[in-house]
Amino acid sequence: MANPNLTQADRQKLPRTQMPEQDPKERVQNFTEVPFGYDAELAMAEAERCLLCKKPKCVAGCPVGIDIPAFIKAIREERMNDAALILRATNSLPAVCGRVCPQGDQCEALCIEGNKHDPVAIGNLERFVADWEVRNNAITIPDLPPPTGYKVAIVGSGPAGLTAAGDLAKMGHDVTVFEALHRPSGVLAYGIPEFRLPRIVVNSEIEYIKKLGVKFIYDVVVGITVTVDELFEQGFHSIFIGTGAGLPRMMGVPGENLVGVYSANEFLTRVNLLGASKFPDYDTPIRKARHTVVVGGGNTAMDSARVSLRVTGNHVTLAYRRSMDEIPARKEEIHHAIEEGVDFQLLTAPVEVVGDDKGQCIGLKCIRMELGEPDASGRRSPVPVEGSEFVFDCDTVIVAIGNSPNPIIPRSTQGIEVTKRGTIKIEDATGATTRPGVYAGGDIVSGAATVILAMGAGKTAAKYMDEYMRGLPKP
Amino acid sequence: MHIIHSTRVLAEKIHEYWVEAPLIARKYRAGQFVIIRTHDQGERVPLTVVETKPEEGLIRLIVQEAGKTTTEMAAFKAGDGILDVVGPLGKATHLENWGNLMIIGGGVGAAPVLPIAIAARKLGNTVYSIIGARTKDLLILEDEFRAACHETRVSTDDGSYAVKGFVTDALKAWVGEGLKVDQAIIAGPIPMMGATAKVSKELGIPTMASLNPIMVDGTGMCGACRVTVHGKVFFACVDGPEFDAHGVDFRELNLRNQAYRTQEAEAMRRMEDHKCKIGLTNVAREGVVQHG
Ligand SMILES: Cc1cc2nc3c(=O)[nH]c(=O)nc-3n(C[C@H](O)[C@H](O)[C@H](O)COP(=O)(O)OP(=O)(O)OC[C@H]3O[C@@H](n4cnc5c(N)ncnc54)[C@H](O)[C@@H]3O)c2cc1C
Ligand code: SF4
Ligand code: FES
Repeated sequence: MANPNLTQADRQKLPRTQMPEQDPKERVQNFTEVPFGYDAELAMAEAERCLLCKKPKCVAGCPVGIDIPAFIKAIREERMNDAALILRATNSLPAVCGRVCPQGDQCEALCIEGNKHDPVAIGNLERFVADWEVRNNAITIPDLPPPTGYKVAIVGSGPAGLTAAGDLAKMGHDVTVFEALHRPSGVLAYGIPEFRLPRIVVNSEIEYIKKLGVKFIYDVVVGITVTVDELFEQGFHSIFIGTGAGLPRMMGVPGENLVGVYSANEFLTRVNLLGASKFPDYDTPIRKARHTVVVGGGNTAMDSARVSLRVTGNHVTLAYRRSMDEIPARKEEIHHAIEEGVDFQLLTAPVEVVGDDKGQCIGLKCIRMELGEPDASGRRSPVPVEGSEFVFDCDTVIVAIGNSPNPIIPRSTQGIEVTKRGTIKIEDATGATTRPGVYAGGDIVSGAATVILAMGAGKTAAKYMDEYMRGLPKP
Repeated sequence: MHIIHSTRVLAEKIHEYWVEAPLIARKYRAGQFVIIRTHDQGERVPLTVVETKPEEGLIRLIVQEAGKTTTEMAAFKAGDGILDVVGPLGKATHLENWGNLMIIGGGVGAAPVLPIAIAARKLGNTVYSIIGARTKDLLILEDEFRAACHETRVSTDDGSYAVKGFVTDALKAWVGEGLKVDQAIIAGPIPMMGATAKVSKELGIPTMASLNPIMVDGTGMCGACRVTVHGKVFFACVDGPEFDAHGVDFRELNLRNQAYRTQEAEAMRRMEDHKCKIGLTNVAREGVVQHG
């Protein structure tokens, strides 16, 4: 129970509550979620650490502005349902965000408790509340307003599309989501692995959105199967584009089409969406690598490396061209990857994939790097060390160096302007594209970013799509 | 679920399906394909669309039993369903009035080029075609090619039907007789495409090849379908499936397509085992009924 007698100084002395998790040796053999989550007791203990700051810094770090001290206070007082309501007020996918948001760079990075000690484990607490809600069947479907008669099409069912869909449905609009794949939720389904984000969690979020009346249509590539113009002709009043950044960037080095070189997207899609780790019970095959080298240092690279460990049971190396200070993945994932035995080779960049006479990858030639002057991104840029080339003896290479925006919609749609990078141009405050009635958000606008930013974009767009439609003649 | 309206065996292990897919039927243009999944644990398999009936919402697929999915499909009957069909994917064939167009299809590769022949003729081309197969029992669509093109020649590798030889021999012979070919479009097994591209280059014929790499999503997301053309990397599902045949690295394509050969063999073996164990009595009884 909450202990009102603790002083602020006492609270600061409490150690951060660790989340119990699967033993690394065991978990590399399965796809079950790595951290078990807090139980109520652990959550309440962690909640005691929050200083309930009058001017909380943490909230400013949250892209959707969750009232963090309020939900933590509710946990402390064992008012779990209130905590859930506070979260839901600003975040429609709390169970997802609690697991995949880069809290270390966002809310927790600004937590005042973190100045001298470890920051409050805001992400873990968010996850606890969201899971509590599911376990206790406490997710309440809000009363919906009377139908407005306006019809909305959402293109893409990633976090951006799902958030926009949910919000627009809550405003009484008739919402249909069009998805190119056979399953919803974008990167949450085909990219992020089950041991980090269980399908059951994603599915329950989808169920919630369906209960709001949102319809899902799969296997439709908007721009091809049906165009944006045709959607308008079919009577949709406004369209949201959340098609993500699904175009893998390759390394541009010799040999990168050799057999055994995967883009991270292909590798992860085979395993996460198509069940390739269960081949031959599932029909999609995957390479049983002897030694995999993953190139990159983001979440996609960590996921590829850790999935690879689980699929092959063999050695996995991660080659990243900068140092641990610049590595962009979530801290927790890096930590987990190291525990599981991924061999981190920092300051290392690929120069060539080596093949045998049968066209099979038999090695990755790399060069060591050192850090030079800061570049445009403010990070010190890697500079090759002359003469330091060497070869990893490996039979599989997974390229995880980023994605470009999906070009299908801009290419097939009149009036939607794109930037030089191929992202869709929007008015920042509203999400409006250059074509009236069409809004966009998520990775297709920002370039590869994060779940929470995509959700924030979906939320903003929903608000202004509502406004836009209400300005149209009554349907 | 996409209901199959009819099935037909065109040749040994080559099946035809008319499948309900109204949105795709309406949008399809020659050269495009679909990706299908037959069940929840299935793989995503690209298949060319050969013809459509937009008014009836039907598309026609021609499928050769090769891997597990296509072999399972052999048992599909009218009324069965295909779980997912997405498309029409890929760019439509770039068509213009070239003058004399040569269409070359090897084996089941005749299927993707048939609609191209028909569309090209409508644009005013004089359309010649060569269809070839390893042996007589594997030849498909002969009548349709004869109907669609100004002139069609047929070859079989083993001479069991029509002219003995490869499609390349037929092409050389035809050009040798004085036929001037302004453009060629080819499809078929990769070695056949590679050989044909080599010959057509020697003959100075601009040539497009319809490529068939392994695909997963078909929308440019996964990069499985990477092909090298004139030294540059393209994603066949969005940049293709047709490319300048004289620039395609067919060796690479061939190797990439065989990446899962051992696993595919394993899956097939398991399927056979499974069939035997569960279907033993049925198979026997059917045999008796049929032959008795
Ligand atoms: C492996 C991996 C791990 C990641 N880990 C994290 C993490 O830990 N934390 C984090 O915050 N972020 C992470 N990210 C980034 C995050 O997933 C993305 O920023 C986020 O998913 C973007 O959301 P979105 O809605 O814009 O697009 P997406 O999630 O990409 O969804 C787009 C959807 O649109 C569909 N689509 C595309 N084109 C069409 C079309 N023409 N018609 C119909 N549908 C279409 C796609 O099939 C897809 O389902 C990760 C990304 C990857 C790849
Ligand atoms: S900044 Fe940290 S201590 Fe202060 S309210 Fe936010 S989480 Fe609590
Ligand atoms: S099949 Fe995935 S990019 Fe072409």
